[in-house]
Amino acid sequence: MTMIKESYPVKADDMTSAGDVSARIKRQMKQLGIPASVVRRVSVGTYEAEINLVIHSDGGRIDFEISPEKITIRVVDQGPGIPDLKKAMTEGWSTASNEVRNMGFGAGMGLPNMKRNADEFDIQSTVGVGTDITMIFNI
Amino acid sequence: MSRERYFHSVRLEEDKCKGCTNCLKRCPTEAIRIRNNRATILRESCIDCGECIRVCPNHAKVAVTDPLSVINGYEYKIALPAPALYVQFPQVHHSDKIIASLYKLGFDEVFEVARAAEVISYAISRTLINEDRPRPVISSACPAVVRLIQQKYPSLLDNVIDIMSPMEAAARIAKEEAAKKTGIPAEKIGAFFISPCAAKLSDVRNPIGIEKSSVDGVIAIKDVYTQIQAHVKEGFTPLEIERASTVGVRWAVPTGEAEAVGMRHTLCVDGIENVKHALEQIEDSRFDRLDYVELLACSNGCLGGPLTVENGYVAKSRMHAILRHTPDKMVQKTEIFNGAHEKFRMTQEIEPNESQQLTGTMMERIIKTARIDEIVRGLPGLDCGSCGSPTCHALAMDIVGGHASEMNCIFKLNERISALAGEMVSLGASTRFAVGGNRQDGTPDKKED
Repeated sequence: MTMIKESYPVKADDMTSAGDVSARIKRQMKQLGIPASVVRRVSVGTYEAEINLVIHSDGGRIDFEISPEKITIRVVDQGPGIPDLKKAMTEGWSTASNEVRNMGFGAGMGLPNMKRNADEFDIQSTVGVGTDITMIFNI
Repeated sequence: MSRERYFHSVRLEEDKCKGCTNCLKRCPTEAIRIRNNRATILRESCIDCGECIRVCPNHAKVAVTDPLSVINGYEYKIALPAPALYVQFPQVHHSDKIIASLYKLGFDEVFEVARAAEVISYAISRTLINEDRPRPVISSACPAVVRLIQQKYPSLLDNVIDIMSPMEAAARIAKEEAAKKTGIPAEKIGAFFISPCAAKLSDVRNPIGIEKSSVDGVIAIKDVYTQIQAHVKEGFTPLEIERASTVGVRWAVPTGEAEAVGMRHTLCVDGIENVKHALEQIEDSRFDRLDYVELLACSNGCLGGPLTVENGYVAKSRMHAILRHTPDKMVQKTEIFNGAHEKFRMTQEIEPNESQQLTGTMMERIIKTARIDEIVRGLPGLDCGSCGSPTCHALAMDIVGGHASEMNCIFKLNERISALAGEMVSLGASTRFAVGGNRQDGTPDKKED
């Protein structure tokens, strides 16, 4: 039975609030007393996802669900979609602009990092429609 | 000295407290509540950072330290001055005079904590080079920062370097040397830290990472300031003690420790709010490429400690002047460094502090969280502190924990009073209608339901 379920919108290109959603989710997990190692993995995964939404997407949302057994993070955007998923999942591969790279992002570690930190990872993407990522973390 | 789990040097002098919200709003761990018009400190959540001491307009927050007379209980008395002591006095550009004046206060020996800082720098750097530790490695020298990590960032406890602080190492080296030199038994030798820091007494009474501290007392710089100043004006005979080099003295200035440790990719952050921000980022794996992070709760590091007298910025510029007169080359005997990374390694695990987490089974905690969220949605979200809790979210947690009620919120109380007043007006009107016939204002009666 899911008890806590929240959804937070994430705006494209808004670097000022980038990280707010993952910080909020992190606060809630700590208050709940989720084991520190799980908090760390969820935080890294959610932060990467949020930055991706801001930098690469046309905007989207992060859904956060918590049950006694697991934490589920779903990241849905409204486009533009990833043309070559296999490439995007490769470490070091990035389409980020120089401007974004100058801010210390765009190292091409986002998606691989999410996959590495989650216990279950699923990504679906359709060009022109959007990307839908689900990360599950066992508690 | 007995070990007291929640011993705190930071205390409240109740009669001076007016119950304002200055400390409430500035406490980095939300460890203060205002109840019955007085501040109270939540003992299990206070990290002794001293922020409340700085902001209290009524000086109701104080740091307890030992009086100078504490040294009289020992046959052989060693002063362990923090380098921050050297920069407290105007017109003193050489630390020799200050060290000489410590002998006049009644100490038999002075051992600079900066000397131990050289040994600790070596121990840390050796550990970083030879052992595989999660990066970035975080300094353990600031006791308030270590306590902050225990409570708010427990996932980073593995990153904290398990090497003792320079203060602790100084006490151990100095006592060992003194026992050898004088033949006096170790228990009759006392080592006393001359401290800029509010958290050090807590760190001595209730140490983290070690069973028992070798420091026998913590004396505030501000408590010996006037006496030292009086002695500084007198002449003095040149000292014949081993002095610390810039490697150790520099620890007092932000970045000094990171420089002394000698790693390539380092970062130094001072000021507790900045430290919290950095720890959030470390937790999100954004600083994984750094080797060593020096985090200091006070802005300007130890030079800005709450027990100092001089302005931290002035102290910093004076410290740079002193460093110009200090030799760069370490003069200490090499045997002090031998095996330091083993000798000064912590012997106990640094445990997380779960005082601010919800209790109960996972399911109970989830239900409580849902309830907290629901209460927060009903609160004004101004985080004004008038209710006595630092934020609306903290009030919601206090309500769920059974320590407060929604009526602590003055906005909620106002709403309730308005509602009650409205009810009374309509009750009054309906009573008049029921009694009937005694209206004076001549308006026709309106039917109430």
